[in-house]
Parts: sequence; C-alpha cells; structure tokens
Amino acid sequence: MNSITLGLKKWWVPGLLIVILLLLAGLPRFAPMYTVILATSILMYVILTQSWVLFSAPTGYFSLATAAFFGVGIYTAAVLGFTLPLPVVVIIAALISSCLAFVVGALTLRLRGIYFIIFTLGLVELIKNVVLWHAIKFAGARGRFVVLVPNNTIYYVMLAILVALLLTTFLIRRSRYGLALQSIGENEEAAAHTGVNVTMVKVITFAISASFMGAAGAIIATRWTYIDPYIAFKSLYSFMPALMAIFGGMGQFYGPILGSVVFAYLEEVLITKFPYHYMLLFGAILLIVILYLPDGLVGLVQKARKTVLQRGEHAIT
Amino acid sequence: MIATILNVVIAGLLLGGLYALIAMGLSLQYGVARVLNISHGEFIMLGGMITWTLFTRFGLNPLLALAVCGPLAFLLGFILHRTLFRRLLASSASPGIFESNSMLASFGLMFIIQNVASIYWGPEIRGYSYLRNPVNLAGAVFGANRLLTLGVAIIIGLAFYLFVARTRLGKAIRAAAQDPATAGLMGVNINMVLALCFGLGAALAAIAGVLISISYPVNVVMGGEYFIIAIIVVVLGGLGSIPGSFIGGFLLGIVGSIVTSIDPLLSLAAYYLIFIVLLLVRPTGIMGK
Repeated sequence: MNSITLGLKKWWVPGLLIVILLLLAGLPRFAPMYTVILATSILMYVILTQSWVLFSAPTGYFSLATAAFFGVGIYTAAVLGFTLPLPVVVIIAALISSCLAFVVGALTLRLRGIYFIIFTLGLVELIKNVVLWHAIKFAGARGRFVVLVPNNTIYYVMLAILVALLLTTFLIRRSRYGLALQSIGENEEAAAHTGVNVTMVKVITFAISASFMGAAGAIIATRWTYIDPYIAFKSLYSFMPALMAIFGGMGQFYGPILGSVVFAYLEEVLITKFPYHYMLLFGAILLIVILYLPDGLVGLVQKARKTVLQRGEHAIT
Repeated sequence: MIATILNVVIAGLLLGGLYALIAMGLSLQYGVARVLNISHGEFIMLGGMITWTLFTRFGLNPLLALAVCGPLAFLLGFILHRTLFRRLLASSASPGIFESNSMLASFGLMFIIQNVASIYWGPEIRGYSYLRNPVNLAGAVFGANRLLTLGVAIIIGLAFYLFVARTRLGKAIRAAAQDPATAGLMGVNINMVLALCFGLGAALAAIAGVLISISYPVNVVMGGEYFIIAIIVVVLGGLGSIPGSFIGGFLLGIVGSIVTSIDPLLSLAAYYLIFIVLLLVRPTGIMGK
C-alpha cells in the first residue's frame, strides 16, 4: 500500500534502474568473460526472485513451486533447443510454464497458508520423479544434452527477460489489476465482495510470474549443456527466490532486486572461497538475516539513513 | 500368490513403522510448535550416523544407541526452540509470518547440520551388519533386523501416543496445540511446552534414524528424502493429528510397497501423486476435523 505510492513518487528509483540497465547492456564490451558469466547468474536470480515477488508478495501466497516452472523451462530448452531457434525456444518455455502454472493455480489456489506451501513443495518433487521415470523408462538415460549458445548471447537474452519482467511488474503495480492483487493479500473475502474476480486475478498472476521463471530456465540451460531431473528440479531453486526477497526486504520495489544481487554474489564468493564450508556459512547467514534483519537490507538502509538524518538535525539545532 | 501378497503387505508394514515414527515427530513440531521443520530429515540422519559410529567404533548395540541418540536429539531440539524459534515467535507479527519465517530458519538449520555432518563423516554410504539372519513368516522371508525395527517403532509409537493422550503433560501439549493463548491463561507454561514438543519431535526423528540404520545403509544426505516422506504422511494423516500420522505412516508404507512391486521407479512419484490428490480433495487428511 505504502510501497506503491513511495515507489511512484520517488523518481530516482526508476531513473537509477535505467542507468544500471544501460550499463549492463554495455557490460560484455568492456568486462572479461568471467564477469559476464557471473553477471548472467546474478541476473537469473534477480529474475527468479522478482517473478516470485510478483505473485507471492502482494497476495501473501508463499509459493515454493519456482523450481517446477524453472525446471520446465530447462527441459523445454533441452528437448527443443536443437531444432528451433533460441528466441522461439525461450518463448515456448515461457508459454509452457505459464500454462502449467495456470492449471496448477486453478486447482490449488483455494488452498491457504501452509497447505499451499506444502502443495507447491510436493509439485516440484512430483514433476521431478515423473520426468526421471520417463527418462529412464523411455529414453534409457537419466540426463540430456542441451544446445550450446555463446555466453554473450545468453547474457543478452537474460537481460532482455529481466527488462520485460521489470516492465510487467511496473505496469501491474500501476494498474487497477495491481490494486486488485494487493487487496487479495490484505483481505481476500473483502476483495471478492468489492467485485474483484479473486480466482482469476490470482491464477493469471501466478501464470505470468511462472512464464518468466520458465524463460530464465530455458536460457540458463544452454549454459549448463547437460541436465538431468535432479539438476533441473532442485528444490533449492524454490527456496532461493523467497530467501533473496526476504534478505533484500519486501517493503520496497528495489528490495528483492538488491537482495538477489547481493545474495547471488555472496553465493558465488562463498562457493569459490569455501567449497567445503559453503553450506554452513550459507545457513548461518540465513539464520542471522531471519533473526536480526526482519526488514532485510532495505530496512537496514532506511535505519542507517534515519540515524544520519537525525544526527544532521541535531547538528543544525 | 498368497505369499506374494503377504510379502508386499509385510514389507509395507516394515516400511510403515519407520514412516509413522518420522511423521509423528514432524506432526508434533508443526501441530504444536507451528514450525514446518525442514531440518527434520537431518535429525534422522544424525540418529543414523551416530549409531553407525557407535556400532563400528565402540561396538555399541544399536538398541542401546536409541538411549543415546533420543535424549541427545531431544536436548538439541529443546535448546534450538528455546533460543532460535522462541525469538522468532516473539518478533513475528502474525502466526502466518511466524510459519514462513520459522520454515526458512529451519531451512538454514538443514544446511548447517548437513554441512557439519559431512565434514565429520564424509560423503560415503555407511552400513553395518546387525541381526541379518532371515526369518520366515508364512512363506515370506524377512531379515530379523527389519522385524526388530518394526517392533521398536510400534512400541515407541504407542508409548508416545499414550503419553500425549493420558498424561497431564500430554494434556498440556494438546491444549497448546488447540489454543496456545488460552492454554497459557489456564496455567500451562506455554514456552516450555512448545520447546518440549520441538525436542520430542527431534528425538522421534533421531530414534527413527537409529532404526533406519539397523536395516538400511545411511549417509549424510539421506535426510531430505525422509523429510519429504514425513510431510506426505503428516498431510495424509491430517496436519497436527498424532494418531493420524501413525496410521498414515503404515498406509503410505503399504502403498509404497505395492507400487514398488509393480515398478520400483514409480514409488516416489506415486507418493507425490497421492499427496497432491489428497491435498486437493481432502486437505485435512484422514483423521482431520
């Protein structure tokens, strides 16, 4: 509620965003290949987090199905990547993921709270096991190869998906549709009584958010070159977006973006510097964030700004 | 034919006993303490790995390991609730926020426990031989260790049920599950009861881990799969219902054993299918209100 008005009044957030996007567009020209690859991973997490936030933050439905839609995208690229051009593959992946989300959403979005969480968790495992069974039974091998794509192309496709996602988020937030979505999170019954088609709004938003997850999966699969159900449907990809969003702080538009950038970079550093203690550090950071940073990085920034401002006032008076 | 059916049913019961124990622990943690404990599987793993170490290094009987791992896990769970989850409970604005926050916190715990365990034990699959001699049950042959597992699982499950249904403390636990605020007004030390439930849940997981290690090989990443099974059983039995979890465990064990006899690759997929259909048709489970 507050975040919408704040996000609109502050011109510098979208302004800064455009400058950052322009810089990102030029990145492969001046940065080494390693930076481009790292930036692609970070962009992937930003997309997953931001599309998770698109549905879960306003409605309050805590989805752990991200890995399902992401994995469907990955498999789309593996199956169609050798026969169809890349943009078509990415678009088909987005469509298949959103269709799956539409069906799943229509069936399950009447489940509330913990039941919805558990259901989405189970969905990922169901799809993983069915794909695994199919692979072993009919293809005779657990994994598949994915078509190779140059790193710069992967980077630009990822960036394009992110721009589309940010535009979609912005348009939804500004529209009546976004208000309807927000009202569902605050009080679903009241929203229904004021004439919001609650089921339709929820299901469509769920499908939109899934389409970006699928698209991100399709393009990142081309970098992995080999995939199997355990790689594609890893439940970590369901938890990561939620964690990154909370890490960044969901009170502001830029919170989840900030959270996913910092967290994804942190993950990369931890994996390369501490390969054997990576999970331990990761878990500890997680606990610290949940215990001591309930409003995430954004909360920390705001608190710091407040103290600085107060000090300034004291200095004047 | 009869021998085959008997074989499938008994195999299902053997599996079901373990599932029941695991699910009862999770059910207690979620039903009373409201923590959807994703690290539940790691307590199972700890039980199994510690038993393996005690058996191979000190020759300790796995049944005696029950008396070591149970209290140890209880203590760990109790302390975790007193420090971590109680703090979260105090700082969360609503029960819904506490549920998602505590779930994420337990996700972090899962990473920490698994990493510490893998530093200590390494990634190898560990197993030991205990009571492997075959027993003939009306034509169906099973290892004595697996029958022992079932026996212990049933005894502990029933003892636990009686504790919750018949004792004064059990009544406090049931009251806390129904309405923590009112239970607190009636003189139940609510923080103590919640921590107790979390500890007991951890103890049940570790006990199940000990029993698993008697019949199956164990390793440090085994927890995840058992956690998923536990959550399926808990939903099957009805969230928070302890007898439901007990019965649900055996039900799922038998279903698993039937599907395995048709196509072993499909057993996990079948579990999830049951789970998802159940959530859609009857989310409150077989024993739910």
